[in-house]
Amino acid sequence: MTRIDRRQVLKTGAAFAGGSVLGFPAIGRAQANVIKIGHLTPLTGFLGALGGYAQLGVKMAEEEINKAGGVLGRPLEVMSEDSVNPATASTKAQRMLEQNGATMLLGEINSASAKTIMQVAARNKRLFMSIGARSDVLRGKDCNRYTFHVDIPVTVMVNAAGQALLREGLVKGKRIFSITSDYLFGHDLAKAAKNFYVANGGNQVGDELVATDATDFSPYLLKIRQAKPDLVSTNLGGNQVTNFVKQYAEFGLPFPIAGFNLNTADAWAAGEGNLSGIWPTVWHHDLDIPSSKTFVTDFTKKFGKPPENHAWIEYVTLKIMAQAMTETKSTETDALIAYFEKEPQFDLLKARKGYFRSWDHQLMQEAYPFTVKPKGQAKDQWDFLKLGSAVPAADQPLEVLAPTKEQSECKM
Amino acid sequence: MQWMFLLEQVVNGLVLGGYYLLIALGLSLIFSVGGVVNLAHGAFYALGAYVSLEIGKRLGFISAVALSPVVVGALGILFERFILRRFYTADPILSLLVTFGLAMVAEQMIRIIWGAAPLPASIPQELKGAIIIGDFLFSRYRLTLLAIVIVVLAAIWLLLHKTSFGRVVRAGIQRPDMVAALGIRLQPYMTTIVALGVGTAALGGALFAPITIVHPAMGAEIITAAFVVVVIGGLGSFWGVVLAAILVGVVRGVTIHFLPPAGEPSMYVLMFLVLLLRPRGLLGERIEKFE
Repeated sequence: MTRIDRRQVLKTGAAFAGGSVLGFPAIGRAQANVIKIGHLTPLTGFLGALGGYAQLGVKMAEEEINKAGGVLGRPLEVMSEDSVNPATASTKAQRMLEQNGATMLLGEINSASAKTIMQVAARNKRLFMSIGARSDVLRGKDCNRYTFHVDIPVTVMVNAAGQALLREGLVKGKRIFSITSDYLFGHDLAKAAKNFYVANGGNQVGDELVATDATDFSPYLLKIRQAKPDLVSTNLGGNQVTNFVKQYAEFGLPFPIAGFNLNTADAWAAGEGNLSGIWPTVWHHDLDIPSSKTFVTDFTKKFGKPPENHAWIEYVTLKIMAQAMTETKSTETDALIAYFEKEPQFDLLKARKGYFRSWDHQLMQEAYPFTVKPKGQAKDQWDFLKLGSAVPAADQPLEVLAPTKEQSECKM
Repeated sequence: MQWMFLLEQVVNGLVLGGYYLLIALGLSLIFSVGGVVNLAHGAFYALGAYVSLEIGKRLGFISAVALSPVVVGALGILFERFILRRFYTADPILSLLVTFGLAMVAEQMIRIIWGAAPLPASIPQELKGAIIIGDFLFSRYRLTLLAIVIVVLAAIWLLLHKTSFGRVVRAGIQRPDMVAALGIRLQPYMTTIVALGVGTAALGGALFAPITIVHPAMGAEIITAAFVVVVIGGLGSFWGVVLAAILVGVVRGVTIHFLPPAGEPSMYVLMFLVLLLRPRGLLGERIEKFE
């Protein structure tokens, strides 16, 4: 008679559990104890590189939380998938809630995809943490009570870099040539940038749209040269920024360059010596804050490279969610919304803590302008950005750079 | 002044045509000879870029550009020998599926080996900056690139039109049965053509790594444009592909000059018009086996 080895049974069980993460969501559903979170982010396409970092960040937070005993004594399970495009993002979000047993959704970088997921969240009355999407309209005209926004909106990005541009005297009375990514986020950014330039006496001499799949910018560079602007201002996204700055350096145009969107991974991909100008960011790995340094050390040890701002923001978001569930002792949507709307403070691995504004669900936090270190000063391939001091300044309220309630079109 | 600006865009479009040409030429050759639509062509372009960065780290830029096509061309031989060869006479849908699958496998392999994050790559110091000729601005790097493309183009043309190898290949495109009847096996020729085709794509990747972003999906980005060039040029025609590549570059530049948002779609409009007027493409030949 064969005795069934207990260890064997355990192993088989473990194998099935592993399988459920990989490809058998229906089997995984039987485990009711797990808190499931649906995570969507672009892993392919022009934002794919950023999404790769986002996934590492959320996975790292998941592991840390589970190692510490989970949330409410239950393990977390983040189901992460490529959101591909707005239509697929919406289909996958619906499927995660309906079939895979997700209690809430989080993620996204693409503003157009975030918009469709927001609609799914509202329809299903479930929470959606929109982490990396930055369009103003998402927290403005399109806002809904089920969605919270973690990353800084474009108005803050424009103001963060804009303050530095004003100090350098690159706006007032200057001829500014803009180049804009032709999708929701780019248009939104261009609008905020235009408002900023008009308010500060800049003169926009050109604004050109570029398709998101464009890899060659030479015709645009020729037009910039013909326009002879005092400042080239970019409202591009993802790979476009890298392609643009590389080719800008290639053509050796003399005009100073600035931009209102540059993720660290896009800057790293440009390589030293290709990037110049003034840009905003929401976090950078050499920030001199002890908690931030611990995160950077742990991340670098785990993945062999420093975290990018999308890794950081996903990491802190899952930690925020864990804190919210622990403090409310609940995974219920209404309880969590009520909790966040009380504006509790969260540690963001920055000098100041942040909170979600109750009326538009936007996280209030510090941002930073940055420039590029002179050639030869970089310690390694990840070290060529020179971070400016945090904005708003320590003595100002966090809200000064964000749209005010009067400016916002958000009605919940 | 306006027409000068326009002329500058036209000249720039010619240079850009060289870029499209490197990728489209191999695609067209492989299709013309083997009847296989190689959807994995973009993957070889991406591999060319990644391999060139690896070689460049150790041996410098010139070796990277010279050796990367050789390494990837060798992979192309394996690709032809073990995969593509089985599909020359099969239903075209099968070769479409297998090369499409291979493109995805290759992209994922790149992600596993080199990571999802894009890699930095720079133009060598001596090729940086621009040259101003008359009123026109040229990137020094792109002019170098254009010179390389012209040399490669000339070499391939001579190979196809002035050697016995080329005669067999051209005969094989038109009448593979006659070639067989003469006792010539087309197989080794096909292997060479595939190696040559993916090698030129890899050269494109190596040359473009310093000025575009190097990331796993870069092959998928370029493959559609390459197909458009092949379709506009017409199958089996060497000069058709050249003409189409230049035309796509110029039309894109001129469109961006007048209507920037239409820059990327312009090549598809061009393809549509060409197919309406000349269903076989600009210089496409009538090829019996495809009719």
